[in-house]
Amino acid sequence: MAAAVHTLGARRRRATLRTLGFLSPWLVGFGVFFAYPLGATVYFSFMKYDGFTDPVWVGLKNWRYVLFDYPFFWPALANTLWLVAVMVTLRTVFGLGIGLLITKVKTGAGLFRTLFYLPYLAPPVAATMSFVFLMNPGTGPVNTILGRLGLGEPGWFNDAQWSKPALTVLALWCVGDLMVIFMASLLDVPKEQYEAAELDGAGAWSRFRYVTLPNIRPVVLFAVVTGVIATMQYYTEPIVAAKVASGVIGGSGQHFEPGYPEKSTLTVPQSVYHLGFQRFDTGAACVVALVLFVLAMAFTYTLMRRGSGFLKEDD
Amino acid sequence: MPATRPRARAVAAVAAAAALSLLAAACTGGNDSGSANDDPDADVTLTFWHGWSAPSEVEAIEANIDAFEDEFPNITVKTVKGVNDDKLNQGLRAGGSNGPDVVSSFTTDNVGRFCSSHVLADLAPFLKESGIDPEETFPGPMLDYTQYEGKRCALPLLGDAYGLYYNKDAFAEAGIDAPPKTLSELEEVAEKLTKPDGDGYEQLGFMPNFQGYETTVEHYGGQFGLTYFDDEGNSNAAADPRMAELFEWQKGMVDALGGFEKLRKYRNTFGDEWGPKHPFHTGQVAMQMDGEWRGKMAADAGVGFEIGAAPFPVPDDQADSYGKGYLSGTITGIATTSEKKNAAWELVKYLTTDTDAVVDFANAIHNVPSTLAALKSPKLNDDPVYRTFVDIAQHPESSHAPPSKNGGAFLLTLQDYGLKYEKGEEDDLPSLLEQADEQIDKDNAQAG
Repeated sequence: MAAAVHTLGARRRRATLRTLGFLSPWLVGFGVFFAYPLGATVYFSFMKYDGFTDPVWVGLKNWRYVLFDYPFFWPALANTLWLVAVMVTLRTVFGLGIGLLITKVKTGAGLFRTLFYLPYLAPPVAATMSFVFLMNPGTGPVNTILGRLGLGEPGWFNDAQWSKPALTVLALWCVGDLMVIFMASLLDVPKEQYEAAELDGAGAWSRFRYVTLPNIRPVVLFAVVTGVIATMQYYTEPIVAAKVASGVIGGSGQHFEPGYPEKSTLTVPQSVYHLGFQRFDTGAACVVALVLFVLAMAFTYTLMRRGSGFLKEDD
Repeated sequence: MPATRPRARAVAAVAAAAALSLLAAACTGGNDSGSANDDPDADVTLTFWHGWSAPSEVEAIEANIDAFEDEFPNITVKTVKGVNDDKLNQGLRAGGSNGPDVVSSFTTDNVGRFCSSHVLADLAPFLKESGIDPEETFPGPMLDYTQYEGKRCALPLLGDAYGLYYNKDAFAEAGIDAPPKTLSELEEVAEKLTKPDGDGYEQLGFMPNFQGYETTVEHYGGQFGLTYFDDEGNSNAAADPRMAELFEWQKGMVDALGGFEKLRKYRNTFGDEWGPKHPFHTGQVAMQMDGEWRGKMAADAGVGFEIGAAPFPVPDDQADSYGKGYLSGTITGIATTSEKKNAAWELVKYLTTDTDAVVDFANAIHNVPSTLAALKSPKLNDDPVYRTFVDIAQHPESSHAPPSKNGGAFLLTLQDYGLKYEKGEEDDLPSLLEQADEQIDKDNAQAG
């Protein structure tokens, strides 16, 4: 009896080891690239640590500073949420719209597809710099054209009211990634369903509402979730735009105003960088990173929960 | 089974504690060290990180390095160009065999942090060993911004002085025969030079806006003689009457020249500060607060008018201090992690104290020399525009904002509050300055 139990135990151990062996690549990756950094971030959020000297326990001091005293945190959060709400929505709608248009084009679809996709391949720094020059309120061609048409001449990247819309225009220009996946999903919609809808007298909007949309819902959900996550990590474009537009690229005795103009382009990841790598305040930077993590998780969870109902609606 | 849970918890707790201990032990910085054991006569290769990137600047620093290597044939210097402060900070944090031995930075902001966190070695023992008296070698303000709380972890490697550039042709056209010396004269002259054109300007006399490139709180502050901090290290903005005077004067200038919105709209038409379309080059502004580099940049841009330079005007009640200005500059130091500190010191000593090296470099990149001997050198560029800034650098009341453990955060905060006042978002100046004090003190408390 004892020998049988022993054999059973040994078998189970072997099975466990085997399972762990198969899982080990993922476990190592998860531990090194997720669990450890997350644990370290939580740990350092309670420490005073400048990267040069030993960490010192400070309890909730970093949390209090970030949430109540750090002047850049709430503007950065508000900007990030604005971008999530506006930029992600517009990119999704625009990507879908372009995808729809190109799938309807009879000739030259390949050319249009290439033209709309190409901007996505442009390096973000170069693209942003180009847009800042194109949209320069005084010397850029965009305002020259708007002025000649008798329309308003916004301050774009130099005006706190217009800087985020300007970033959104840039993001819409680079919508090629969404266009491609939307096109692929649109081409997958069974033609029979459109024919049936037409026979039932459905117009263009009804066909889109009751045939196209239900078929491409998983792709819409994917676009929104990945868009939200990417916007939560939005860093390069706003900081390059702010530096170029402010003209303060760096020099002796110069101080770059984060989020120029007037904190309007400051995003949460910029705050992480500002605290962690410019002020050397790793502890406070970890607090901001954790807030960002919690927000990203909350958004993703909510979208997935709602999205799963969304997906099942007509299934 | 239940009996095993406490053990499992204990194991988990120990594992967690061990993990936390490992984290605590990881990535901690080095200790300060002004001492060095390496043989300065041994063959070594030093790594020197600097920020210059323009071809002419890189050529100039390389010429200096070549001259150094000729004098010290046992030392080879590997230079890494175009290193900004963000990269520099990471390099000093990480250390390692590929890290820098000698570094330089264009801003003085981080000296407080570099010194207090010991990432740059204490240079006092090296100076003493070499028989160099800093007080007799470097201008006072430059000495001040390269140390923190008595610890000298850096030395000045050329400097910058701020003054007033003016368009002589525009002055002649407006019937103005001399640059303004007081701030009320500046306002008067700026108004005379301003030519409104609808919602904008054909020519603006002076751009006083806090976002007008170099017209920042600290640069203006050099003329007012701000104190920034009290003896306890608390922010002193509300208590220093000069700060309120600065804010009021600046807002007065903004209002006199057309108001914030009109100026901001005009400012948005300016080209890049470092490009040929700078508003002073294009004639969009007739006067500009700027550093000594502007004269050469304007000349290189081929401006179609004669350039004048003078010290920036001072408050009317400080007219006798006319000639002073804000000083800043490049700093250099030795990484604490360097294992070749004696050789590194030879390079730092050469670059910062060898009169010919300093003068040649200053002439080449059009900066102000950073030693007393070099400032008086007959070999120094004799261009009168440039010489104006050399004189500003030597003025006994020229100054620099104090080094802070929190870098330039306090200056950005003051600028931020200044912008609110300038825009008219806040009218209650005493309350605004108290808010600025509170924010600066909170930031400094967080910085430790």
